[in-house]
Amino acid sequence: MVIKVFRNFFSRVFSGLFRGKKDIKLGFYGPPNAGKTSLANRICRDFTGEEIGTVSKVPHETRNVQFKEKVEIEYKGKKMVFKMIDTPGIATKIDYEEFLKYKVKKKDAKKRAKEATQGIVESIKWLDDMDMVVIVLDSSENPYNQVNITIIGNLVARKIPVLIVANKIDLKKADMKKIESAFPEYDVVGISAKHGKNLEEFYESIFKLSKKI
Amino acid sequence: MVKRKKTLGKLKGFAIQFLPFSEIRELDGDERMRKILGIVLGNNILFLQGRLRSGEESRLIGDTMAMIGHVKGFKGIELAVIAGNGNSGFFGKMRNGMVRALSGGDLGAVTIVGPATIVKEIKRNPKKIELLLSR
Repeated sequence: MVIKVFRNFFSRVFSGLFRGKKDIKLGFYGPPNAGKTSLANRICRDFTGEEIGTVSKVPHETRNVQFKEKVEIEYKGKKMVFKMIDTPGIATKIDYEEFLKYKVKKKDAKKRAKEATQGIVESIKWLDDMDMVVIVLDSSENPYNQVNITIIGNLVARKIPVLIVANKIDLKKADMKKIESAFPEYDVVGISAKHGKNLEEFYESIFKLSKKI
Repeated sequence: MVKRKKTLGKLKGFAIQFLPFSEIRELDGDERMRKILGIVLGNNILFLQGRLRSGEESRLIGDTMAMIGHVKGFKGIELAVIAGNGNSGFFGKMRNGMVRALSGGDLGAVTIVGPATIVKEIKRNPKKIELLLSR
């Protein structure tokens, strides 16, 4: 028991000493098909010239946690280095039949569903390891989803800074105000990751959020 | 014009079970999960008084995801927590905090958990919550 207390104390002190030298772990969380990978790709392309993963109209395209190390974001003369962590979309249910609507073959749909469930478990495990998190929501969808509330509640309980991104603001159905009223205690930035709209405000918010770590 | 007759269709067998918070207050995280999953896997819709800790809510999602493919016919859950909006001001928050500390949980909330095979969707917006069942 005493050894455990000492070990925890020293690990906290030393991790605190070296925290400044490590890259900031920036996680992208949210429901499936909200545009997490599109946004992560946009940032990676802008600052490294490479993408982090593939995007698709079929939900659960990202089924493994994906990383991009040493992404140096430069904004208004300031620079910060991030480790980008793109996570599979979190859902409470998965039915392979949903994928059949997108003309995915039955065998592939079953495989996709199996991988997606494993991806969600992995996403949740990674919540512990984030320094800051961007919650990506589809601004044309209802934000009052328990998954969103649960993820944000979990991050707040762990004192991990959160930024909410209302993606797809270019769509006719987009309603950013609905997201703002659903999460009045958080900063919400409206963007279109696909068309690169309003990313300046997003980068500014990221730099502001990094001060809370 | 022929009017289409609206029917409920055939609903699969299910039951609604209410669980008072006192039933889980003393349980640790593992025991709480076991209790909730036991009810939900028995094709019941659970109305739990209060809410789980935030870590337990996400654990419930993770644990149920891990069960898909291992438990026959299980496709996950529908989950919703109905709680106050938190805009109760400083004294309101302090009062709620004290009540929570004394009772061991947020008793003003209700947590609904149902198997996805029975509960198709829990639609919610600030004014209402709808429980849509699968036919």
